[in-house]
Amino acid sequence: MNNLSAHLRELEAEAIFIMREVVAEFARPVLLYSIGKDSGVMLHVAQKAFYPGKLPFPLLHVDTTWKFKEMIAFRDATAARLGVDLIVYTNEEGLRRGISPIASGSALHTQVMKTEALRQALDKYRFDAAFGGARRDEEKSRAKERIFSHRSAAHAWDPRNQRPELWRLFNTRIKPGESMRVFPLSNWTEQDVWEYTAAESIPVVPLYFAKERPVVERDGTLIMVDDERLPLKPGEKPRLERVRFRTLGCYPLSGAIRSAAATLDDILAEMRNAKTSERQGRLIDHDETGSMEKKKREGYF
Amino acid sequence: MSEAVEIETLRKRVAAGHAAALPTLRFLTCGSVDDGKSTLIGRLFYEQQLIHEDQLAALERDSKKHGTVGPDIDFALLVDGLEAEREQGITIDVAYRAFSTSNRAFIVADTPGHEQYTRNMATGASNCDLAVLLVDSRKGLLPQTHRHATIVSLLGIRHVVLAVNKIDLTGYDQAAFAKICADFAAFAAPLRFASCVAIPISARFGDNISRNSKRTPWYLGPSLVSYLETISVEQDRSTLPFRMPVQWVNRPHLDFRGFCGTIASGEVRRGDEVVVALSGKLTRIERIVAADGDLEVGRAGDSVTLTLADAVDIGRGDVLAAPHARPDVADQFAANLIWMSDEKLLPGRSYLMKIGTRTIPVSVTEVKYRLDVTTLAQHPAKTLSLNEVGFCNLATSAAIAFDPYAENRVMGAFILIDRFSNATAGAGLVAFGLRRATNIHPQDLTIVKEARARMKHQRPAVLWFTGLPGSGKSTVANLVEQQLHARGVHTILLDGDNIRHGLNKDLGFSAADRLENIRRVGEVAKLMTDAGLIVLCAFISPFAVERQMVRDILAPGEFVEIFVDTPLALCIARDPKGLYKKALAGEIKDFTGVDQAYESPKAPELVLAQRDATAQQSSARVIAYLVERSYIERFDDSGDWSI
Repeated sequence: MNNLSAHLRELEAEAIFIMREVVAEFARPVLLYSIGKDSGVMLHVAQKAFYPGKLPFPLLHVDTTWKFKEMIAFRDATAARLGVDLIVYTNEEGLRRGISPIASGSALHTQVMKTEALRQALDKYRFDAAFGGARRDEEKSRAKERIFSHRSAAHAWDPRNQRPELWRLFNTRIKPGESMRVFPLSNWTEQDVWEYTAAESIPVVPLYFAKERPVVERDGTLIMVDDERLPLKPGEKPRLERVRFRTLGCYPLSGAIRSAAATLDDILAEMRNAKTSERQGRLIDHDETGSMEKKKREGYF
Repeated sequence: MSEAVEIETLRKRVAAGHAAALPTLRFLTCGSVDDGKSTLIGRLFYEQQLIHEDQLAALERDSKKHGTVGPDIDFALLVDGLEAEREQGITIDVAYRAFSTSNRAFIVADTPGHEQYTRNMATGASNCDLAVLLVDSRKGLLPQTHRHATIVSLLGIRHVVLAVNKIDLTGYDQAAFAKICADFAAFAAPLRFASCVAIPISARFGDNISRNSKRTPWYLGPSLVSYLETISVEQDRSTLPFRMPVQWVNRPHLDFRGFCGTIASGEVRRGDEVVVALSGKLTRIERIVAADGDLEVGRAGDSVTLTLADAVDIGRGDVLAAPHARPDVADQFAANLIWMSDEKLLPGRSYLMKIGTRTIPVSVTEVKYRLDVTTLAQHPAKTLSLNEVGFCNLATSAAIAFDPYAENRVMGAFILIDRFSNATAGAGLVAFGLRRATNIHPQDLTIVKEARARMKHQRPAVLWFTGLPGSGKSTVANLVEQQLHARGVHTILLDGDNIRHGLNKDLGFSAADRLENIRRVGEVAKLMTDAGLIVLCAFISPFAVERQMVRDILAPGEFVEIFVDTPLALCIARDPKGLYKKALAGEIKDFTGVDQAYESPKAPELVLAQRDATAQQSSARVIAYLVERSYIERFDDSGDWSI
């Protein structure tokens, strides 16, 4: 018997139902694995959904080559530990063009190395359904996203033409070339994710826990110096600070928070008193309100 | 080590903290335009301190730019997510938000009040147990209020909170509030809500939201939040009879066959007897399999994997049920239908129906009446337009298992899908099953026939089975046709023997007559593809040139050459009609394989090697090919033939 609260049990059962629905109705599903805590929960739920069988779909990680080193190590260890099929995809053409968060800025880097890379990978492997770990509580425009979100053959999302989603009767029908993004954790909150992670003892990347790390402060955001590729401004010197991350992505685009939360218990306690939302550390959302919606229309998750 | 210990303590604490909590409450807010739904949710989040500093900063920025309340924070902007609606100032879609107070977890659906977006309100209501219905205290009940109350009731929500908003604008007047309560009680009586509570509120100023307001001393009931935290909406799905639509069959290896699904109602224990609703076969629950150890019991809402004591034939779309209280099984039923498409409902047209985990062709055989959701009056109707609600008879292409929606929401809900656009065209709620003998009248049958003619959600094709006599062409073609028919695909089978008894009875077996035989068959097949059919032809057709001739008269892609490749020795050994024996004895001349050559196809679309495959396996390959190339639609691809 598990230790889950009624609320978490319900969320877990819902996510399992959604995942099985996809496996039953699509020819080539894939799980988009971003290495973060939400991906970790999604992967854990998937293993429960298809137990005692193996996962009936591969994991896909779109690697921008700018992820934290600890993320990549964790990714590979997780795939090996669970014996799952992991596809790592990088937009090689983008690399050749020299696209990077440093040289090209966050917007272009995200567009080329994440959005376009994801489209390329989905096309290359002809995936017709892709699980994403997005939650409705993350950002305003996500609150109106469907659990099964239809994408045109060009991977575009049309917010004006979404299918109504009644009960749990998901309309999974697509035409050739079209695809579906599926969000099994839609109804979870950040707190649910951490409580579930704790209750189910799901391993997470150590970057979520506070530790002394080399950081530089830029416009009020703490950037960790994960490798020598981060150019330091004149006079800028990394200093050790006790920090952790609430969300993980490309290291030059992920803001750390000063924190002493070194355990899951601390994280939950910290979150209950949190004054800022988790996406605050994400530099790519900041440009203006509605920016996430624009990215989604173009195919970003 | 220390981390493991911490997880353990945390786990205990989380479990303890939730032990007493009520289940998650899913509720929706609805009301007319400008009644303040979004403002109410924004206010709820603000008062529960669920708005973070950075969000609040963005909100203050946005309020200055788009806000409608002067210098104050416009809480509506917090929940109106999409850019376009922010500019128009109306909510045009359903937004879902999960939040918790210290006492309960909530998922709230914010639904639009604009008339043309009623489909979104029904969408939001479908997953909720309670509705917060907003009324502007200055305006009282509007036609929209009636409409929304009706839809809420239709969708099976039994608990309603009438939130009389903007009470500040009527000077916190008790009489205005009392009048609205009385009006609503009169209108809602026939809707038979289990509970209906009215609360005077001001979303903008926070009166009676989280705590009782001093400005309404005459109101003695609970604040909105404390009411939502304590109301029990459990209709107790777990006391209803056991139902589980089979969602997926888990077969990791030959020794394990698990039936996955989410329990719709009731509970199931190891050892319980269950019935497969459609076939009536009885079996027992052997195990309830879970990753962290087998379970003794599964309850409504749980996603489980069951193994059964007997090897019964079950696939996706079947329903496992309690044998003493079985669901209805019928192919005709009456239902309330909410139309959600710009294209009108076409009675007789074939739609796809998704009910539980089953997807099946369906048509509306008759619209009984349209329901005016504002007045509850019934009007005669032949069709339904966007946002209209009607009571209809429907017929599925095969029997389905269901319960009336009023008794079991999961087992009685369905959606209709447009087979051309794939849009979700309608939402349905089963009222009751119809018995064929007593309820189906001749005129209904005429409609069904028309429906069949319109049902061309398939690409026409000629499946040309060629091969030696006795290779198994007709057997496989027959099986393929049976399976196509079961999928609702329109077919015709032209077989060498039956054509020669009629159309081609003037032809013999000379090379010229054989060619003429095939030419005529080709022309007939072409006419039938014009009618949209999938035409199955089983002919020896030994010459490459005659097969090419048929290919050439058809449109590109329509000719599917299927080589039934059975070795001659095997055909002679089988000899189903004793013809080889006669030919080898010299009694039949010009017999293919004996004294006339068979030219094997050079590049057929499909080769069925019959030496090591059964006719079933071969026919499954043909179906798979047709699905893959989109000649026919993929749906309900359940059962073992696809393995």
